[in-house]
Amino acid sequence: MKYVVTCMTVASAIALAGCSKKAPESLPPAPTETTPAPAPTPTPTGPVPGSQQHFHQAMMGQDVIYFDTDKYDIDGEDMAALRKQAQYLMQYPNISATVEGHCDERGTRDYNLALGERRANAAKNYLVSLGVPASRLSTISYGKERPVAMGSNPEAWAKNRRAVTIVVN
Amino acid sequence: MILRISAALSLALLATPAMAQTSSPQASPEQSVAQAPITPDTTEPAQSNEGGLSIVVSDDNDWQDLGVAIPAFATDRNVPTPANSDGTAALGLELARVITADLKNNGLFRPVGPDVLPRPEYGQITSPAWSVWTGRSVDMLVHGYVRAAADDELTVGCYLYDVALEDQLAKGGWVVKPSDWRRAAHKCADMVYSRLSGEDPFFDSKIAYIAETGPKGKRVKRLAIMDSDGANHRFITNGQSTALTPRYSPDYQKIVYLSYMNGNPRIYIYDVGTGKQHLVTESKNATFAPRWSPDGKYILYSMASGGNTDIYRVSVSGGPSVRLTDNPAIDVGGSYSPDGSKIVFESDRSGKQQIYVMNADGTNQRRISFFGGASATPEWSPRGDLIAFTHIAGNLRIAVMNPSGGGMRYLTNSWQDEAPTWSPNGRIIQFFRTQPNSGETSLWQVDLTGRNERRLPTPVGASDPAWGPVLP
Repeated sequence: MKYVVTCMTVASAIALAGCSKKAPESLPPAPTETTPAPAPTPTPTGPVPGSQQHFHQAMMGQDVIYFDTDKYDIDGEDMAALRKQAQYLMQYPNISATVEGHCDERGTRDYNLALGERRANAAKNYLVSLGVPASRLSTISYGKERPVAMGSNPEAWAKNRRAVTIVVN
Repeated sequence: MILRISAALSLALLATPAMAQTSSPQASPEQSVAQAPITPDTTEPAQSNEGGLSIVVSDDNDWQDLGVAIPAFATDRNVPTPANSDGTAALGLELARVITADLKNNGLFRPVGPDVLPRPEYGQITSPAWSVWTGRSVDMLVHGYVRAAADDELTVGCYLYDVALEDQLAKGGWVVKPSDWRRAAHKCADMVYSRLSGEDPFFDSKIAYIAETGPKGKRVKRLAIMDSDGANHRFITNGQSTALTPRYSPDYQKIVYLSYMNGNPRIYIYDVGTGKQHLVTESKNATFAPRWSPDGKYILYSMASGGNTDIYRVSVSGGPSVRLTDNPAIDVGGSYSPDGSKIVFESDRSGKQQIYVMNADGTNQRRISFFGGASATPEWSPRGDLIAFTHIAGNLRIAVMNPSGGGMRYLTNSWQDEAPTWSPNGRIIQFFRTQPNSGETSLWQVDLTGRNERRLPTPVGASDPAWGPVLP
């Protein structure tokens, strides 16, 4: 499984590198794309370990945990996901992460902002209990402002009641 | 104050000399006639404090039979004005149209506008040609004039007559800058509405809200403002960062709102005059749900710390915040009673969102909502007699109750209506409605009978309305 992921990312990294080389010369140099300089090492470059892209791929869906309506407790499934997140974060001690709290659309705006805070903090607190330093974790609530499932039905709402961990460097 | 709008006062001063050629019946400017006109006093007590239940304003159907004719306003001389490229005569027509729309949109009257009525002469404004109007099955007649001064300032006079009695019921006069001509029309509509209903005025007021564009998953939300009838619309923020939950300050000079500017949700005070804004608190925690105190000196807000949200108060000029609730549950929102002595707010300390009242210093917190489902977003009426809120039981609906929690009744019945805000006179509620699936939002208003519901015109999708007070 892990091998497949790496292959895919290598392909996309190559594609990206090719693109940036073809860019017209008049454009100012992209400030972040400094790495693809001719590296003597034959190792192919995937997403940078410790980057959000790398984290997202490595988590294989477990960078998101889900909640019941109006709830913010961490269940067994969430714990497994958060353990995986914590392992990653401890493996890369220099990175920080933000936990985003989200709600479904069937609540009032202000309350959902508060509920999103609860969810993000519940996830954060569990990560801290597993050994991730609290100083490396921040939280933000988006309330009902950023749904990922657009329907107005129980399935969509279940997908939107979530806490998402994002690596920030 | 830039505006020189001053009701009643200015008319005696201004109207009399200019109308010298007509024998204006202006013996006593304030109380024109002795005999009581047909003011339907019965409407007022229908909303008494306790036990509102379903009795409510039962006579508004009769009101809709009250025909009000609003012909074009006359002018002494048709002269150019910055308010209308076709001059003051055309402006007189527009004034009457604005008044007609104001009165029509509340389901209380049956206004007949200037486009289907004969146009009175300037001299007839203070001396109506009764025979013209008695044959038109209208009960009330609104006459008015507009005059432009050399410095472009406009003087607008407004007269309300009872056609059957052939008597003047009320009059008012206002001096406005050309850019504020619509305000003079709203003032006239307010005068007519107040005189006929016995209620306080509300048309000359503004609304702050959130303009929404783009698909549900990538919605752009911008702070916007407009007059109470949707005119003079203006976007304030450009949409780069999500803006939510605005509230106008009582003097309309500032707007407090939530922005995700710089990534995190924080509340800012935006100065309408200068276009600048600043953070309300220095805290690094999320701050949201801002509200003004009635005197405009304090801001009530909610802050999440370690995942727990409580309600705080801070002076508008800054300084330390005072914590008003201290509870492991979510305490959020809040709305002051009109006298500033109490705050109604929302808490889930009982397990679900319910509505609580406390003293303004945070003491004596007690639950007032005991209905099935959950109750949220309480807003205290400017009259003090009712609390509007969102009731959640599957669908979200707008409801009202009295401040002790009794007399609960629904005003709307749709899939998702939330965030009520009161008209300045406490007789009408605005809210926003969300459509399932598309998530499209729009502003609506409903009167306290729940019968007169209508959508407000906005250029794009709209949510989080906040109605300000009547302009001075």
